[in-house]
Amino acid sequence: MLTVFVAYPFLRGIYLSFLDSVVGREGEWVGFKNYIKLFNDGIFHRAAANTFIYTIIATILKLGIGMAVALMLNNIIRFKRVLRASMLLPWIVPTVLSALAWKWMFDPTFSIINWIFYNLGFIDVRVAWLGSPLGAMASVIIVNTWRGMPFFAITLLAGLQTINPSVQEAAAIDGATPWQRFRFVTWPLLKPVTMVVVLFSVIMTFADFQLVYILTGGGPSNSTHLFATYAYQLAIATGLIGEGAAASLCMFPILFLVVIGQLWYIRRGDGTKGGA
Amino acid sequence: MSEKKEKKSVSIPRRTFLKQAAVTTGALSLGGIPGILVTGQAPAYAKGTTLHYLKESHFVPAADKAFLALAKEFGKEAGCTVRVERITQNDVRPRTAAAIEAKSGPDIVHMFNNLPHLFANGIIDMDDVAEAIGKAQGGYHEVFKANAFQDGRWVAVPEFGFAWAWAYREDWMKEAGYDKFPETLDGLREFGKTMKAKGKPIGQGFGHSENDPNIYCYSLIWCFGGKELEADGKTVALDSKETIEAVKWNTAFWKDALDEGGLSWDDGSNNRAYISGSISATGNAVSIYFMARDKFPEVYQVTNHAHMPAGPAGRYLYLATQSTGVTKYSKNQKLAKEFVKWFMTAENYEKYFDAGGTFGLPPTKMWHDSTVWTRDPKCTVFRDVVDYSRAIGYAGPPSRKASEAYSKYIIVDMFAKAIQGMSAEEAVKWAANEYRKIYA
Repeated sequence: MLTVFVAYPFLRGIYLSFLDSVVGREGEWVGFKNYIKLFNDGIFHRAAANTFIYTIIATILKLGIGMAVALMLNNIIRFKRVLRASMLLPWIVPTVLSALAWKWMFDPTFSIINWIFYNLGFIDVRVAWLGSPLGAMASVIIVNTWRGMPFFAITLLAGLQTINPSVQEAAAIDGATPWQRFRFVTWPLLKPVTMVVVLFSVIMTFADFQLVYILTGGGPSNSTHLFATYAYQLAIATGLIGEGAAASLCMFPILFLVVIGQLWYIRRGDGTKGGA
Repeated sequence: MSEKKEKKSVSIPRRTFLKQAAVTTGALSLGGIPGILVTGQAPAYAKGTTLHYLKESHFVPAADKAFLALAKEFGKEAGCTVRVERITQNDVRPRTAAAIEAKSGPDIVHMFNNLPHLFANGIIDMDDVAEAIGKAQGGYHEVFKANAFQDGRWVAVPEFGFAWAWAYREDWMKEAGYDKFPETLDGLREFGKTMKAKGKPIGQGFGHSENDPNIYCYSLIWCFGGKELEADGKTVALDSKETIEAVKWNTAFWKDALDEGGLSWDDGSNNRAYISGSISATGNAVSIYFMARDKFPEVYQVTNHAHMPAGPAGRYLYLATQSTGVTKYSKNQKLAKEFVKWFMTAENYEKYFDAGGTFGLPPTKMWHDSTVWTRDPKCTVFRDVVDYSRAIGYAGPPSRKASEAYSKYIIVDMFAKAIQGMSAEEAVKWAANEYRKIYA
């Protein structure tokens, strides 16, 4: 099964990236030509930089907000189940659907965000949220954070609930402030879970496609293209299958290093904990 | 004019129709569906077959309805089922590419613009069908042929073009002291400046969306005398003083006259902005007008249409066309071709053309005299846009490489970058370099 669904597409992708395939024609072996073309391609440079910016900022936001929400939910007694279930909504709604709803909210003419801000007196002209490079990038990051945060919150909440309350109580009796209890008790015990969540999130955010494709299509002027959206544009929209495969595979070594780095960090963390 | 009254009109003069229909029948009588229709029997290969047709949802719902009725009629006559899959226009390209790569999916694909060039390796020759239709219907307009003809063969059969002109609010224009819509681009800028000062700017999209942003941006370059390539189809000629002038003009036009939302607009955004009364004019197909007619009569009454204003080099329009192709992997190629041929005969096509109003510009010349163009004088302008239209890749052919530049939105982004603050010279240089990489 693994061979069919993982190894074959992966190996086929590598093979295609060395061909000059276009739609409907297998193509001939061209060596590293596709990769060389990409490394000289300004749009690809932009997509690569965008992917890093998008992943780093969105992951930090998701971690920060997710942690805050998890801590809050851990202390809430009433309506616990309702709150947890409702918080998961952004995560369980199909991405395409929620992205379309956000696109409507960012619409320069009909944006409800504009309408609210206008009526509150914050703005006096309509803001084109997806119209400027900075605004578009900020918008896609916000939507990604909105969508991905529940994953962090629920997983961290699960982690929090495995922490023995007596440890917290002992720290409280010793006079630790809430911040100290978080910093020196909760955080170290939660770190392995956090690293795993961050690892998954980085992989998913780095390879994100749907949100950007629907919200901006990579525009305006390529300011929100990511590796995945640009690879798709090359391979499927433009028909340059070989180049698209190469663009897509450029993600692999980066993600591979990220995974190795984080797994190494987690293992080291486990070792420390085991020795303590 | 009421919708009922409009529908009563005869589409093309009876004499012309009979003449063309006779020629068409003659040309196609060697076999195929006309024969099927005469005998009333489906050929053996058709019985029980399902033809899968992939196309975009038509912007005019009545045209979709007419198409589905025709597909059903063909299915009944030929003893097969024609399954029409309709998706959004921006998704047709990736869906077709994926189908050709996977060698599985639709038998017939409806291709936008010069996609037949991009997919030429995955679709079969349509010489017999295209030639017969062209011969019977007075020949093809050049722009349609350019997009569907490659290396001496028809890779697709032209179906219609997006007739595109400027929709404008006549009432606001007159209130602002203008008798008629500007004839020149400089006039358009002045007009837009006045309207923007009144809180009703002109609307134009520069987002990554197939139709409106590309149509406007390519046309603008030509109106200033610029071009993507030399006639050899290889030498990039984009970085010229004419293109720089076009970009400079547009940046000024953006500041003076355009709605600031345009950088993120897709093909539907300007329709919505116009209908809601946020903008006073926008370049579009007739769909805005039809939407207003059906749902917003107060906007419909005060809307009119005008030609693309002329620039220093004249008036030009990138006319986006639609063509129909049959996939190489299809097991029903013969039947698929028969359907395309049957559909494009004057008798059947007229129903589709009539239902679409003036949205779709037929690919052949016989339809020029159709009363569809004149039954609402506000729409007659759409008939004549073909006279000054061009295909992308000009002055070269609309080749696969032109398609690559197109699908990367290089021309649109060139204008967008200048709007965002890059100098016109730098923006044109950037775009020309991207072109050189593609045409290397």
